[in-house]
Amino acid sequence: MKRKKKWYDFLWIVSLTYLILGFFNILFAWLGLLCFFIPLLIAIIKGNKAYCNKYCGRGQLFSLLGGNFGLSRKKDIPKWMKSNYFRYGFLIFFFLMFFLMLWNTWLVFDGVKNLSTAVTLLWTFRLPWHWAYHGTLFSEGVAQFAFGFYSVMLTSTVLGILTMVLFKPRSWCVYCPMGTMTQLICKAKNRTTP
Amino acid sequence: MVKRKAIVHISECVACGCCIKVCPRNAISIPKGIYAEINRELCVGCGKCTKECPASIISLEVTES
Ligand code: SF4
Ligand code: SF4
Ligand code: SF4
Repeated sequence: MKRKKKWYDFLWIVSLTYLILGFFNILFAWLGLLCFFIPLLIAIIKGNKAYCNKYCGRGQLFSLLGGNFGLSRKKDIPKWMKSNYFRYGFLIFFFLMFFLMLWNTWLVFDGVKNLSTAVTLLWTFRLPWHWAYHGTLFSEGVAQFAFGFYSVMLTSTVLGILTMVLFKPRSWCVYCPMGTMTQLICKAKNRTTP
Repeated sequence: MVKRKAIVHISECVACGCCIKVCPRNAISIPKGIYAEINRELCVGCGKCTKECPASIISLEVTES
């Protein structure tokens, strides 16, 4: 007996398209804000993780690649990786890096720094990405944010694929900052309204 | 007769919902976004959720009745 597929079981196509669009025009990276705000809003308003449980296309992509395509060893994730120390630590680190990215964007907005048309992978490796930049309307800061945000998305995809191969398909979900954060919000919310 | 039922170690659950998606009996829910709950009436102990859980925190345990 197999569960019937629902429309949201195909949201992995959206996630995949998002990653591909970033190769053609970096400004599409702005759309990624949706997978920031939707899970947060659901957690804050409804007090649940419906985003993770149903809609998240990234999780679906990993279970497809790791499960259906067999690109996963399907081993247990190491104990330390599922510990709260690591999960919360990674969340904090992720946010620090995120604010650094916002700061960089601000500097470009302000004209202090020049636009850098590179995508930074794993917060370290700078990949030239100029082909995906065709100018921007408003300010170069708009493009800088797009490069920064796409870097975040690509980095988390690469990490997710790495742990998918090494451990279980959706290992990323164990330490995904969005998943950890929405769970924290649910914990806080359901404590005040039991 | 020996029956097995899935048990979630809730303190380590990340509430990702991978288990929900594979359960053939729709026995799993995450009502408050904190941890997964298994409906013991529905669970048939097939172990699909155990295999799927990325944190490997569901185990099958033998129950009475
Ligand atoms: S934990 Fe992250 S990747 Fe996994 S379903 Fe939730 S938001 Fe998506
Ligand atoms: S053991 Fe099988 S029936 Fe029971 S909760 Fe897990 S997937 Fe569902
Ligand atoms: S798959 Fe595992 S970690 Fe995810 S909700 Fe189910 S029991 Fe919790």
